[in-house]
Parts: sequence; structure tokens; C-alpha cells
Amino acid sequence: MAKRIDVSDLDIYYSSFLAVQGVNVSIEPRSITALIGPSGCGKSTFLRSLNRMHEVIPGARVEGKVVIDGQDLYGAEVDPVDVRRQIGMVFQRPNPFPTMSIYDNVIAGVRLNSTRMKKSDMDDLVERSLKGANLWAEVKDRLNRPGSGLSGGQQQRLCIARAIAVEPEVLLMDEPCSALDPISTLAIEDLMTELKERFTIVIVTHNMQQAARVSTATGFFNLSGVGQPGRLVEFNPTEKIFSNPEEKATEDYISGRFG
Amino acid sequence: MSTQTPVRPVESAQGPVEVHRRLPRFAPSGLYVAGIVVGALLAALTTGGFNIALTVVYGAVLGTLAVWLTSRAVEGRRKASDRLVTCLVTTAFVIALVPLVSLVYTVLDKGLERFDSEFFNSSMLGVVGEGGGAYHAILGTLIVTALTTVISVPIGLMTAIYLVEYGSGRLKKAITFLVDVMTGIPSIVAGLFAFALFSIFFGPGIRLGVMGAVALSVLMIPVVVRSAEEVLKLVPNELREASYALGVSKWRTIVKVVLRTSIAGLGTGITLAIARVIGETAPLLVTTGLITSTNMNPFDGRMTTLPVYAFYQLTQPGFPAEPAIARAWTAALVLIILVMALNIVARLISRFFAPKTGR
Ligand SMILES: Nc1ncnc2c1ncn2[C@@H]1O[C@H](COP(=O)(O)OP(=O)(O)OP(=O)(O)O)[C@@H](O)[C@H]1O
Ligand SMILES: [Mg+2]
Repeated sequence: MAKRIDVSDLDIYYSSFLAVQGVNVSIEPRSITALIGPSGCGKSTFLRSLNRMHEVIPGARVEGKVVIDGQDLYGAEVDPVDVRRQIGMVFQRPNPFPTMSIYDNVIAGVRLNSTRMKKSDMDDLVERSLKGANLWAEVKDRLNRPGSGLSGGQQQRLCIARAIAVEPEVLLMDEPCSALDPISTLAIEDLMTELKERFTIVIVTHNMQQAARVSTATGFFNLSGVGQPGRLVEFNPTEKIFSNPEEKATEDYISGRFG
Repeated sequence: MSTQTPVRPVESAQGPVEVHRRLPRFAPSGLYVAGIVVGALLAALTTGGFNIALTVVYGAVLGTLAVWLTSRAVEGRRKASDRLVTCLVTTAFVIALVPLVSLVYTVLDKGLERFDSEFFNSSMLGVVGEGGGAYHAILGTLIVTALTTVISVPIGLMTAIYLVEYGSGRLKKAITFLVDVMTGIPSIVAGLFAFALFSIFFGPGIRLGVMGAVALSVLMIPVVVRSAEEVLKLVPNELREASYALGVSKWRTIVKVVLRTSIAGLGTGITLAIARVIGETAPLLVTTGLITSTNMNPFDGRMTTLPVYAFYQLTQPGFPAEPAIARAWTAALVLIILVMALNIVARLISRFFAPKTGR
């Protein structure tokens, strides 16, 4: 199921503003890839360009290639809706649908697409996804309560459950733990480690320890100056990045000597 | 230092928080009422009798002054300003309420006379003088308004969806501008528009229920667009993105997430827009006309509506005039009840459909 992502010469624009320039990277299937870097260097922008969420913003566009298992995502005949069905996303801030119950939130992908499914299959899917997101025990008695009635960390795990319920092949996570306490954070990290058996995971994080703990490869984004586009400065196995990075900038950033 | 410190508010024993002297709880209201009583006396003195308008004016000024000065003497400056503004706001509220209360009172007083079953069960067919009712007019109003809603809501809602979800650049600006212009169209112009439009096809002198609906739609569409636009804009972008990220197409996202999330606001806006047009008179005078019998078919012949009914009962009462004028008041009362009912429906909609937090 998991797929390999090859990005070549990717430039990402907001209207005329070049936000990210010249990204070349290859993301292995069944692995966790962490993206780190200072604020505003284009990590979220890059992540969103991987499932064509970037172009949702008016005026936003992309040049270059993103190839998933041989298929160019930005090819003329490719439907962005199909791309997003294969590449799921979890956002920085939990965003469950406020009008839906916990149950409906989990199967939102099925419901919103009006896919026909038997009730028993739906029940199975909900249970599986919630267990996968480590939330089942906490909510199994109140599946019909509104999803927005959960705590922030529970909402985030609900969003993860919702994302894995559509069984994507790649899961993109934009700072999924930035609003969470250490316990929920650990729960989500464990979850990612489990999920990587099935999915290719790309995660943006500001937490170095987190990157070091969970990821197999790490990419460091940086800005060369104010108003300059962000670049992928270094991409290497996590161990190498955190023990002896190739670039001086990476080392400075990781050791906190940045800026 | 031997100079005495100026008189300061009492300091509490526990700490640096200053405790001010306060007026007793009911003192401000009491002072205000006293001001109004004095105002009434003053008004009576100057005019030689009870005068409601002068009482309100004198009373509000005196009451406010009394509260302000007392508070200033006792509580200090900051609190006094607070009291002053509270008084002003309350006064403004009461003044705004006066016409409403007076209107409701008058309409109830005069309208209840004919608020009987005959009024709701008979039309004006063959009625001269006493008796008669507005069965045909109530039905006409309901039919024309329903038809207006059927025309306006889809157009208005689609326009709002276009503006919020799809539109950009010149076209969006142009539409927004046109909607703004439409909002300001005088209602008689809307009526004349519908009249002119139908005259092209059916010749002059044509009167149809549906013409009224078209005229009212011209008035209602911009209201629906405006309110729906505001409500749709309130739906957080994050929800749209959450839906897109699940591989849901844009159209489905709009229908199942955006509209579903904002349904309470949309329902409220639409109901209030209906309430806005249900009492229109001028455009209906020239489009639906007046008949004395019941006509249920908006595509054939004249149709009486409540406002037009009230208008004619009042302006052409015939002889004797009293029964007709009583019928006009009752028609006004029924109209107010309809509008009130719509407002209650709007509240219920927003209560029942609002997203629940469940906390
Ligand atoms: N919607 C937008 N329109 C225009 N410019 C944008 C938009 N979103 C982001 N940018 C710009 O793109 C650049 C990269 O932003 P991005 O959000 O990708 O940064 P980031 O690395 O995710 O930062 P953070 O760590 O703070 O989340 C920034 O200069 C930002 O100002
Ligand atoms: Mg970001």
C-alpha cells in the first residue's frame, strides 16, 4: 500500500511570491520522514504541495514534479481529488467537523463521498480507525456525542482516525503534536510508529527530540534570508542529521545556535 | 511630611486593592424613577396636563442628571461615567421601545374587534358593510410569499455560494456591487419592473399572483444573498480543507460541510428575509391587484394579499366605513402575527441546527 514519493525541482509559489525553491527529495515507503526548520521557511507549504492542498489557496501554484510510484501528481490528467484520497493529511490544529458526532467524524470520508457501505462494515471501520488512533477506549461509550466536545488532544487523535479511515497510502502530518501535552504526544508518536507499517508518513515538527525519536529520515528546511525562498538544505537519515550533519546550517539549527 | 494626604478611598485591610464607596443597589434606579416623576410634574406644570412626550424628555434628562451627580459625589469619577453611560443607553433603549409598544398596543386594540372566525373563514365576496373576512387575502399572502421564497432562495443561495466559494476578481466585484444596488431598490420600482416585464408578454392591465412573487423576489434576493454570504464566510476554512484532505470534491464539500455547518444561520437569514417581504404593499398593488373572491392559482387572475387588502379596506372603505376600517386593523394584526411567527421560526431554526459542542 505505502508508496514512494519522488520530488524533483519543485518550486512553490503564492501568486508571485516564491515560497519554496528547488526541492529535490526522495521519500521512502513505509518510513517516517521528518521535516524541521525555522518558522516561515516553507515546511507546511511543501507538505501541502505533496497532496495538492496547496492549490486550494487562491493564486497558489507549483512548478516541478512530484511523482508517486511513477505517477506525476501534477500531470494534466490527474484529478486533485483522487490525489487527496490517496494522500491523507492531519493539520496542525485539530479540525473535527462540528456538526458531526464522533462516529460520523471518523467515517466522514465515506459519508461525504456518499460511498455505499453496510452498517456493520461502517461500525468495523470506526472501531478499527479509532483503535488505530489510540482513541477507542476513551470514546467507545459516547460515539454519538459531537466530536467538538472532546479535549484538544482527543480531537487531534480523532482527526488522525478520520484520516486513516479512508486508508490513504501516504499520511502527511503538519505539527500534529504542537498543541498536545507530553502524554498525548507520546501516544501519537507510538501511533506513528505503528502506522508506518502500513503508510508512508511525512511529519513536520518543531520538536527535535520528536524528529529524532520517530523518524527514519530528516529534512532540514532553511531560509537564506528575509524575503528569500525556503530551501531544503539537507536531507539525510535521521541518525546522520543528528550526529554529524553535512551542512553547517543544520548543525547550528539542531544545536540551537540558530540566528 | 506634615501635609495631609487628600481624602482617598478607604483601603482594605487585606491589600492594595482599593475599595470604593458604592451606592446602594437600588439607588440608581430609584433616583432615575424619581427624575421621571419630577419630569412628569414639570411637564404637567408647563403644559397644564399629562404629556407623555415631555415627561419622557424631562424625565430622562433629570433622571440621568440625578444619577450622575449623586454617583459622582459618592462613588467618584470613573464610576460616575459608568453610571452616566448606563443611563444614556437605557434611555435610548426605552425610547426605541416606545413606538414598538405603542404600535403593538394600537394594533391589538383595534384589530381584536374583528379577530373572529368569520374573518378567517370568509372572503369579501358579495360583502357590503358588516361581516366579510380576509380568508382570500391570507391565502394570497401565503401563496405569493411561498412562491417568492421558491424563486429567491435558490437564486440567492447560489449567488452567495458563488461569491464565497468560487468567485474572484472582476465578476465577483461586479456581482457584489449589483447586489448592493438591488438592496436599495425602492419597492414600488420592483413592482413596476414586474409589471413592465409581464406587460410585454400579456399586454397591459395584466394582474397575476406570480407577478407579485417576481416583484417581491427582486426585493428578497439581495437580502438572501447578503445574509447567506455573511454566514458562509463564517465557516472556517479549516473545515473545507479537512474535507478536501479526505478526498472530497469541492461541490460535495460545499453541500455537505459548508452548507451543513451554516444551516442554522442560513435558515435564520432566509426566514428573516421572508419576514421582510411579507408585508410589502406597493409592489403588490401594481402586480397582484385586488379581488373579493378566493383565487388559489397564482398563474391565473388577480390575487388579494393582506397588505393590499388592508390598504383598500382603509382607503376605500365604502359606506358605512367602520366595518372596513376594523377589517383593515385586523388584517394588520394578522400580518404582524405572521411576521412574529416567522421570527420565532428563525430562532427555533438557529437553536436546533446550530453545531452542538456537547461540552
Ligand atoms: N496563504 C498564504 N499566502 C501567501 N503567503 C503565504 C501563505 N501561507 C504561507 N505563506 C508564506 O510562505 C512562507 C512559508 O510559510 P509556511 O507556512 O510554509 O512556513 P512553515 O515553515 O510551515 O512555518 P511554521 O513553522 O511557522 O509553521 C512564509 O513566508 C509565509 O509567509
Ligand atoms: Mg507550518
